[in-house]
Amino acid sequence: MAACSIEDVLAKVEQEEAEKLKSITVHKELDLELDAGNLLAVDKNRVDEREFKRAKKDEFLRALARDNTQLLLNEVWKHPTERVEDVIVVKLPEPSTPLPREKPVPKPKPPTKWEQFAKLKGIQKKKKTNLVWDERVAKNEFNRLRNIARSQKLKVPGVGLAPAGRQSRSELAQAVGVAKVSTASVGKFQDRLPKEKAPKNAGKKRKFQPNIGDFAGEKQKQLDILKVLGSKKPRLDITRAVNKQMREEDMEAGAKARKGSGKKGRSSHMSGKGKGRKGPKGPKGKPRKQGKR
Amino acid sequence: MSKDFYLQSKPKTKRSKRFLQNRESKLTENVKNAMIMKGGNTSETVTHALKDIYALKKPNAVLYKKKNIMRPFEDSTSLEFFSKKSDCSLFLFGSHNKKRPHNLIFGRMFDFHVLDMVELGIEKFASLKEIKNSKCAAGTKPMLVFAGEAFDTDNEHKRLKSILIDFFRGPTVTNVRLAGLEHLLHFTAVEGKIYMRSYRVLLKKSGCRTPRVELEEIGPSFDLVMRRTHLASDDLYKTAHRRPKALKPKKKKNVSHDAFGTKLGRLHMQKQDLSKLQTRKMKGLKKRKVVGGEESSSSSPKRAKTPE
Repeated sequence: MAACSIEDVLAKVEQEEAEKLKSITVHKELDLELDAGNLLAVDKNRVDEREFKRAKKDEFLRALARDNTQLLLNEVWKHPTERVEDVIVVKLPEPSTPLPREKPVPKPKPPTKWEQFAKLKGIQKKKKTNLVWDERVAKNEFNRLRNIARSQKLKVPGVGLAPAGRQSRSELAQAVGVAKVSTASVGKFQDRLPKEKAPKNAGKKRKFQPNIGDFAGEKQKQLDILKVLGSKKPRLDITRAVNKQMREEDMEAGAKARKGSGKKGRSSHMSGKGKGRKGPKGPKGKPRKQGKR
Repeated sequence: MSKDFYLQSKPKTKRSKRFLQNRESKLTENVKNAMIMKGGNTSETVTHALKDIYALKKPNAVLYKKKNIMRPFEDSTSLEFFSKKSDCSLFLFGSHNKKRPHNLIFGRMFDFHVLDMVELGIEKFASLKEIKNSKCAAGTKPMLVFAGEAFDTDNEHKRLKSILIDFFRGPTVTNVRLAGLEHLLHFTAVEGKIYMRSYRVLLKKSGCRTPRVELEEIGPSFDLVMRRTHLASDDLYKTAHRRPKALKPKKKKNVSHDAFGTKLGRLHMQKQDLSKLQTRKMKGLKKRKVVGGEESSSSSPKRAKTPE
């Protein structure tokens, strides 16, 4: 019984599958010529004229068209599919039906005179770099080198007039300005020419911190200020403390020397002063250390 | 073409230069455009037919709305002029007179000269509007099916088939949306007539991966008879079909395909050095120096072992 039922089930499944396939299979005497690239099918089979006359024309044509389309779509569905943006897409092959061109094949252009010459001489086109000479880069490089030299404590060439093809008005003005200041008195006693104007932008440049910048640093600064304000201990100004100490020592030394000078005379006063200066240099570091603690 | 091309004044702007460059002959060509025009006299049928075909062809077509009195079979110069003007290499010309009522001429150009054209008379026509069904979106690439013996045997029908494929196939594409395959143009040649039908394709579930197809007629539908034809000479036809060398696929050496589609390759091997071949290692197979020097290693060592 059981075996029989299994066979029945198998037969049933087979039948169902056959039915499924039936709905999409079409039998033709001659196979269609299919060109999936053009979505084209050519049915070479003879159309049955008797059938055509007997049946309704449109019905007959539609049935014929349906069968042919089914075959064409069966072919199209065989090609690999892809998913592009939620849409399933079929990759079509190249069209195989030969069709005439619209315009003739483009002829190769005749070589220009230069091309002929280049071929004769074997000149090949070189690729140019896309880089363009930028003066600002050169200036920046020059300044960079100057900075390095200065940090190495080498002699740095002045800003003056660098030898160049043609100086601009502003460059010349700058050079004049530099030359004027290059005296022992930093140009203080330098005369002006009758109609000469005062050099522009000669003053010191002030630099401010950016409005929006390092927030962490700014916060730290503010906090430091608040800390100083809030603390009840007096703030220790180290330089002032050091200076004060030095002065006191000086005074002491001076007082000693004055005592001595009464005996020795004036000439020793000078040396005493020198001694006084030398003296405090040793303990100079001491108060600083105290401050740190 | 190039002669006239140089007669034209040089483009003055970059844009016009680009425009002209786009019209020049190329390796891979633009999509062929169609111009649809009518002659001095047209019947209502013909006007509707032209409009409907324009609707099918839309993005790649130009509809000339005024009358253009010309007879393509007698004198094609004005056709060629229009072709050059609008850069169209396909044309459809509609006319109507007593001798040839409801006349359509399908044709194509090569190098702005008529390559071939076929005159078809409309016997029965149902327009897009007459058949009341939901239509396909404009610009869908249609599937083309030709049925009937005549399309394979008769020379004129063959050429007509080629023209119709050229006319209706639209742009060549590499990818197609499966759900977008919804328009079918079916041409049937029976009893000396050509039946053109246009259907909307409905894809039904079949239980398999491939769907079952059902059709719904949307129009326009034509019953056509072939009248005069003008076919290109074989020579011209051949030059029109010439493919540029640059587009031809390069031949791969030593690879062939047989009738079953199996890929076959031929390899060239160098002669193998058999003396270096690794064989099974056994104690007995080891090379040994023979004291006499007569026997080389090639003689089987088993023999050497056993005294004779």
